[in-house]
Amino acid sequence: MKPNGVVRELARNYQLLIMFLPVAALLFLFCYLPLSGLVIPFKDFDFSKGIFGSDWMDPLLNNFDYLLSSDVAYRAIRNTVLLNALFIAVGLVFEVGFALILNELRNKFFKRVTQSLTFLPFFISWIVVGVFTYNLLNFENGAVNRFLEWLGLESVDFYSKASWWPVILTIALRWKMTGYGTIVYLAALTSIDNSYYEAASIDGASRWQQIRYVSLPMLKPTIMILTLLAIGRIMNADFGMFYAMVGDATLLFPTTDVIDTLVYRSLRKSGDIGMASAAGFLQSIVAFALVLASNYAARRFDRDSAIF
Amino acid sequence: MVARNRFSISQTVLVIVVTLFSLACLFPFLMVIAGSLSTENDIVNYGYTLIPKHITFDSYRILLLGSNRIVDAYGISILVTVVGTALSIIVNGMGGYVMARRSFRYRNVLSIYVIITMLFSGGLVPWYIICVRYLDLKDTLWAMILPPLANAFNMFLIRNFMQGIPEDLYESAKMDGASEYRIFFRLIVPLSVPVLATVGLFVALGYWNDWFLGLMFIDKQELQPLQLLLRTLVSNVEFLKSSSNAAAMRQISATIPSESIKMALTVITIGPIVFLYPFVQRYFVKGLMVGAVKG
Repeated sequence: MKPNGVVRELARNYQLLIMFLPVAALLFLFCYLPLSGLVIPFKDFDFSKGIFGSDWMDPLLNNFDYLLSSDVAYRAIRNTVLLNALFIAVGLVFEVGFALILNELRNKFFKRVTQSLTFLPFFISWIVVGVFTYNLLNFENGAVNRFLEWLGLESVDFYSKASWWPVILTIALRWKMTGYGTIVYLAALTSIDNSYYEAASIDGASRWQQIRYVSLPMLKPTIMILTLLAIGRIMNADFGMFYAMVGDATLLFPTTDVIDTLVYRSLRKSGDIGMASAAGFLQSIVAFALVLASNYAARRFDRDSAIF
Repeated sequence: MVARNRFSISQTVLVIVVTLFSLACLFPFLMVIAGSLSTENDIVNYGYTLIPKHITFDSYRILLLGSNRIVDAYGISILVTVVGTALSIIVNGMGGYVMARRSFRYRNVLSIYVIITMLFSGGLVPWYIICVRYLDLKDTLWAMILPPLANAFNMFLIRNFMQGIPEDLYESAKMDGASEYRIFFRLIVPLSVPVLATVGLFVALGYWNDWFLGLMFIDKQELQPLQLLLRTLVSNVEFLKSSSNAAAMRQISATIPSESIKMALTVITIGPIVFLYPFVQRYFVKGLMVGAVKG
């Protein structure tokens, strides 16, 4: 196309360009400009000199050497990947399972009420979930410990026992997100044509066999896509959840410190921008590769369901 | 007959499972409400219970009368939510509209510009430094509004909806000499109310529940939103120490009903959401379905 044509097309649509301007500017400031900050881990960053004014690190990879020689970084990477894998697996079972169960229910009113109740926790912040958790688990007057006492068992100081927390976090996440996650699967289930089930039951399939051979296969595309996209984000922990649930409870860090909380602490608490930016850099690069790979896989699987 | 019988047994089992899970979802809410109405003594002696032994509104009274910070924080949260949501609908609505206009040849270039932001991320540190050092957002209300304002996902949701509006409609309005702004605000926005309402509700929920931006950018206490204040109150006694007469406060803090105050603040924080929930729930479900169809 001739440059002349480009200019004319743009001039003809100048009003549209003006309407796009706010979005373009905001995305530039908050998404594109930070990309330039990917050089920060290679710099001896000085806040007053800025991103480009700061001197290069000498040696260049010093921040990375420092990061990778620390046990804390390894621990954070390991926790991030393992906890996310746990969350994805358990989440899949709960959400698909709950959708299948709701789909089997015959009482419409009961179904609607329970769906509303289980969707409710999605609407509150992790801070509030953190308060709820504290009410249940704290040593002095938490409901769980009161219950244990009542049973004649010994109280557990959950806030100093790291080994409990992968389980606690998984339960909290399921409590908050199952209702939400179920909706997509339930939508897929209700869109299945009834004639499949009729055909199956004429062939003598039991209710269970209908689930196994009709419902599940029909859910497979949705399951695959959502799981692939979740795996694409396996390096990114939900900072809100970890920070609100665990916070500064150092005793729990062995099983709950993830990359995002480590970066946050290094940045805001200890002021160690070198280490924080190096960890963030590695996370960004791996996350980018994973998103591309999982999207590629999703695309191969089903063209329409990839994001791009 | 046997099969029929088994069938209703399995129905009963399913109903029990679903009921238990639903109650589990409701339980913490009830516990917090009960806690906020309990006396401190009852909480210390009996723990959190579902039914308060002695009902008292003291903690609400202390919260609302004893401290301006709660009222201030409430105001800030409302302001951020309202302004953020309004701006978000306008800005993302216009963005989605431009990308939806088939007569605009370069709409795909703009789409790519938006999609890239879903793929690449500089991460927390560069983002923080840009916001603080270059955009000077520290301790401003804008810090809690602007960073998440333009959202690629929401924009595509809006674009997809608007693409379903017949192109003839745009063209005939154009023929009548209407400007693009006029077409957008007078014609497209009214037709797009379903998608704009859904996006708006999700965005509003996000702003109301947000504390991350406050945590990152707001050190001034009078600018703290409600959620952050709740965190401060829950995680430590900073709240008490920072009040005007710290020494005296620390002395009486033993007698202040701190547990029930936490519960009362939690109830106040989730109050608007729980109150509005029955009315808006179906829009969220609808929005999720729209999102699910797209992927």
